[in-house]
Amino acid sequence: MAVEVKTKETNEIETEQLATGCEAIAEAIRLADVDVMAAYPIRPYDGVMQAAAKLIANGKMDVEYIVADGEHSQFEIVKHACAVGARVFVGSSGVGWFYAFEAIAVTAGLRLPVVAICGNRALDDPGAFGTEHNDSLAVRDLGWLLPWAETAQEALDLALMAWRVAEDKRVSLPVAIGLDGAFLTHSQHIVKIPTQAAVDRFLPKFDLGDRLLHPDNPITIAPQVDQDWLMEIRRQNDAAMRNALGVIREAHADFKRIFGRGGESPFLDEYMTDDAEVVVIGQGTLSLPMKVAIRRLRKERGLKIGLVRLKWFRPFPTEEVVKSLRRFKAVGVIDRDYSFGSPYYGGVLYNEIRSALYSQEKRPVIVGFIAGLGGREIEQPMATEIFEKTMAAGKGDLAAGDTCHWIGVRE
Amino acid sequence: MTTEIMPAQDLPQIKGVKDVPYDELFVSGHRTCQGCESALVMRHMVKASGPRTIVLGSTGCMYVANTTYYTTPWVVPWMHTQLGASGSAALGTAAGLKVLMRKGKLKNEKINVIAFCGDGGGADMGIGAISATLTHKDYNCLVLLYDNESYANTDIQLSSQTPYGAVTTFSPSGDKKRLMHTRWKKNVPGMLAAGHPESRYIAAGCAAYAVDLMNKIRKALELGGPTFVHTLDPCPKGWDYHPQYSQELGHLAVETGIWPLYEVVDGVCNLTGPTRQIAEGRKKRKPVYEYLKRQGRFAHFIDEDVEHFQAQVDKMWTDWLIPGVIPFTVPAKDVAILKIDKKPMHEQKTA
Repeated sequence: MAVEVKTKETNEIETEQLATGCEAIAEAIRLADVDVMAAYPIRPYDGVMQAAAKLIANGKMDVEYIVADGEHSQFEIVKHACAVGARVFVGSSGVGWFYAFEAIAVTAGLRLPVVAICGNRALDDPGAFGTEHNDSLAVRDLGWLLPWAETAQEALDLALMAWRVAEDKRVSLPVAIGLDGAFLTHSQHIVKIPTQAAVDRFLPKFDLGDRLLHPDNPITIAPQVDQDWLMEIRRQNDAAMRNALGVIREAHADFKRIFGRGGESPFLDEYMTDDAEVVVIGQGTLSLPMKVAIRRLRKERGLKIGLVRLKWFRPFPTEEVVKSLRRFKAVGVIDRDYSFGSPYYGGVLYNEIRSALYSQEKRPVIVGFIAGLGGREIEQPMATEIFEKTMAAGKGDLAAGDTCHWIGVRE
Repeated sequence: MTTEIMPAQDLPQIKGVKDVPYDELFVSGHRTCQGCESALVMRHMVKASGPRTIVLGSTGCMYVANTTYYTTPWVVPWMHTQLGASGSAALGTAAGLKVLMRKGKLKNEKINVIAFCGDGGGADMGIGAISATLTHKDYNCLVLLYDNESYANTDIQLSSQTPYGAVTTFSPSGDKKRLMHTRWKKNVPGMLAAGHPESRYIAAGCAAYAVDLMNKIRKALELGGPTFVHTLDPCPKGWDYHPQYSQELGHLAVETGIWPLYEVVDGVCNLTGPTRQIAEGRKKRKPVYEYLKRQGRFAHFIDEDVEHFQAQVDKMWTDWLIPGVIPFTVPAKDVAILKIDKKPMHEQKTA
């Protein structure tokens, strides 16, 4: 469904500054007038809390900033602050994210619009600090909305969008923004910081309505329902997740009108796909080396290749993904994660894309790639190999079953 | 712009039974066992704190057997929290209320925040979060640990609060091993009081002494900041006795000196109720046998076990820095340096 975009009202930008992905998110926390945030150190997400702490110390924002005793406490603190009507922010990375897992699961079950970031990081052991998406993707089935940012600018924009979508009464689900560790959390980009007035027009005040936990509204939240009601509750969460697709479209259109950016589609970022025969699809910052490769290979070899970047993984924009991908001969899915023992031994996204396209009569050849695990750089020869393999698959060159490739791995 | 929540609560101390508020805020609708003292703790807790209270219940008996959809007994707002999260829940709720009132998003008023947990959720899994919460002195919240000395909700399993030698499903008595459980009960309020000097109120109570317990709850809420109350709750199912004896066992736990009643207010420890009378020499401590023999969980005890138990309790009373509370002894040569008065409490100058 195409989004009807009105002509933009203004381009209200307060400043343009160099900021890392983490610093950009901290600016979003300030602009969203967050009430409670809970911090606990783990690299690389903690850059956000450091940047936010600096803003607090300098009197730039008024927020209850609680340094917790662990990730489980972090997520429980904000969950409960959210229940009494506070706009909240929290985050973690890698194994810290998993330490909070119980709290993460119940936050979605309670339909509390907590906004978190997951500064993507490989899971110990063995210890590795670099990007891998398995931490975020582990919450795939829990009812969290999962967008991924490509640049610091998009990190800020997605954060503002996250509160708006999460707190919308039709959705009321938590959001975890994926930020590639180091590649995005700690690299500097030029970021346009919007004015407070513009943000206030985009982001309404948080109102939990009749779900507010307060002596004036003496409700019981999360009593024992046992087998009597759980299916109905799960079904409601499902409905909320489906509603989120429309709410994201609305928010995207508004965002574009007010701030004048955000791209064509709320869900996909297409790069040089107009005449492309073969594309790759992936999430987060891996699009950046792939975009370089596309420009280079188009110039050097005249290859008709492009990129589709998925911006929201949950809710999965099946309609948009199918509509986009069925135009191509072959699609290479790049995963910065791995699902051990999965069908065709591929990554999570690879399996999702295959599943999304299954119902199509005419569908492209789909090839899976595992690349950049643990923060390994996706270098140009690897990007070339990915395109070469995808193009070969498009021509029917691949043996059946040989559908997922590990790129740049020493064997 | 900054309007802080007033730390003081308008909750005067209850002078006697006739002074107890009439309103019930924990009503019928729960499914707890007959003779459940923990349910009584819940009732006393909200009775003492009044209707402007938010209660957060961590997983355990008082969630699972208590708060069933359509039959919830809670008249005050109530929310579930995870087994080990009572401390974080209290902290998050208090922080949320504080900031929303400061920013004018909520009406500025006194709202009590109480998070409760069982001994499993509080003394075992959640101790870290409770400890952390007690260091956040800017937030007004109370954590109440109701201690029935086992994971009573899941079939009576051993917790760090299970007394020495007691039979649980994780520590049965067998032919080879008469005692599977030989750890001494963790002294939670003592440890929290010793380790969190900025928490203004930490207490140990028992629902068998209802007015004393309600006053402890009120004092905690009145003093403000993060506070902690630990109650010992006889449990007919877990301790194996007839439900009609719950109150009596509560009395016996205190009278035998196994469960001393006390409060630590701004770092000063006051013994309360019969515990004070025992310490002052006005009442004699009953032998622990009186308490142990009444419960099936100690039925396998032989004389030797009872003697060991008695010796441990005696040691708490004779050797510890504060009888039954702070498990430190001071070498004789240091008593003078630390200006410690080793005389019995009724003979000391400052009580």
